[in-house]
Amino acid sequence: MSDAMKPTLAARRTTRRLTADVALLAVAAAFVLPLAWVLLSAVDADADLRVKVPDEFTFANFDAVLVPDVTFTPLLNSLILCGGATLLTVACAALAAYPLSRYRSRTGRAFLATVLFATCLPITAIMVPVYAMFVQVELIDTMHGTILFFAASQLPFAVWLMKNFMDGVPKELEEAAWTDGASPFQSLLRVVLPLMGPGIAVVTVYSFVMMWGNFFVPFMLLLSPEQMPASVSINDFFGNRGTVVYGQLAAFSIIYSTPVLLLYILIARRLGGGFALGGAVKG
Amino acid sequence: MTAAPPAAKAPSPGPTAPTGPTSPGPRRMLARALPASPGVVLLLLFLAGPIGYCVYLAFTDLQLTGQAESSFVGLENFTKAFGDEDFLNAVWLTLVFTVVSSLIGQNTLGLTLAALMRRASRPVRTLTGGIVVVAWVLPEVVAGFLLYAFFRREGTLNAVLDWLHLPSQNWMFTLPILAVSFANVWRGTAFSMLVYSAALNEIPKEVTEAAEVDGAGGWRRMWHITLPMIRRSIGTNLMLNTLQTLSVFGLIWVMTRGGPGNRSQTLPLYMYEQAFQNSMIGYATAVALLLLVVGSLFSLVYMRLLRTEA
Repeated sequence: MSDAMKPTLAARRTTRRLTADVALLAVAAAFVLPLAWVLLSAVDADADLRVKVPDEFTFANFDAVLVPDVTFTPLLNSLILCGGATLLTVACAALAAYPLSRYRSRTGRAFLATVLFATCLPITAIMVPVYAMFVQVELIDTMHGTILFFAASQLPFAVWLMKNFMDGVPKELEEAAWTDGASPFQSLLRVVLPLMGPGIAVVTVYSFVMMWGNFFVPFMLLLSPEQMPASVSINDFFGNRGTVVYGQLAAFSIIYSTPVLLLYILIARRLGGGFALGGAVKG
Repeated sequence: MTAAPPAAKAPSPGPTAPTGPTSPGPRRMLARALPASPGVVLLLLFLAGPIGYCVYLAFTDLQLTGQAESSFVGLENFTKAFGDEDFLNAVWLTLVFTVVSSLIGQNTLGLTLAALMRRASRPVRTLTGGIVVVAWVLPEVVAGFLLYAFFRREGTLNAVLDWLHLPSQNWMFTLPILAVSFANVWRGTAFSMLVYSAALNEIPKEVTEAAEVDGAGGWRRMWHITLPMIRRSIGTNLMLNTLQTLSVFGLIWVMTRGGPGNRSQTLPLYMYEQAFQNSMIGYATAVALLLLVVGSLFSLVYMRLLRTEA
């Protein structure tokens, strides 16, 4: 009986695979159109809003945007802002995760629940009060103020991730260090952190990528144009320069997006293809 | 790409749970908690502080200009909001945006893609997955520009429609809220896809195969076997999608600025306009507080879902 069924089942599976392939390719085609626009327009001397193969292939758009005012200053600002905030977040998260992961206490559990709760809060909603507060304490339009807020807004998620990664480092490995008289801080620094390299990489890259793409926070907290990161300055292609040069906008979009795409590939690889952040939400 | 906490897949510390070298006294507890202090200070000053300030400001009439004159106005901001047509319009549009782009769009499309990927051939799976994930990783503002170009009257969508001999439209004018909703689907589907791929991978092959041999068709298998088995993932995913969608600002700002008129003005954009175009910080904060309360409720439900999962 099972022999008789096999061919039909196999045939059914082949049909099913083909149907699935066709359906997926249709979705892929719809998703790829906006991406194709940015790639093709960036090398088009005469780009407009439609996807089209350039009549004239050129790097002039890249030449035009690769000047200090348009690209280098905003990217440097982004780097200072996101790099500074990421360092702060990762350092604070590693320190905070250690007691949470190593000792159990009621306070620790309550703190962890609060952290988890805070990861879900819509940061967008508190930006108006943050703006008002920053005006009061004169942190508005300062890089360090924005860095501190960025770091705080990313910290709950970083602590949560870091604690889960740290739980994966067996405590036995630390005990040797403890018997040698190492303080908890020394054992965190010398034993635990070196063992969780991939985990730290994920937290670092994820925090950085989130901030690099964030528009609303710098848009609200910074005012002077020369301090603006790329996520805000990109809007100048529309506002201040009269007619929009779409080719240049596309070229700039590519330059601005490349770092986060590369970083994403870096952590996706580290985690063995599957994406751990998505994969960690288990069924 | 958005902040999305993964559920606890904490490797359980086991029976020999770490308790430190000796049992703790109060002083020792304090010493142990010390490393957490920089993080706690940062969170208190820059996260708890603003939230507290938000609650306070929502009951004042603080204006952008003339800081000194703010005074306590009780519930006036809230009664004003619920009597304001523009506010109700924003609430309605936020609902439409959330239901269309998150509940229906990202969630359903993500699940469909994940299910199809299990059957598709490897190259197709990799290609589609790659494209969808790139859309997700791109910075929000870039995604906004790409979809602005896609939906504009002179844009790609109308070019495709012309080519198919279908009527083209000025999408950003006739259906702005749908245009931004689709933009959010384009940008956010990857997250649901990844969540559901992981969930489907955990269903034992024997279960689906047994059903198949018993002659259960694709839809019935999906409805009676697959969906019940991944219901917790569905819960968490819906929750996280909704929370992310509630706070979308940059995408809509870049595409439509909330316009034309206020026909794509969701609550975050309404809040921004009230604060900075109309200089009413107190009133805008009241709106922000409402958004925060809704977000907190979703947050609590999400935590409850995680707890029942463990």
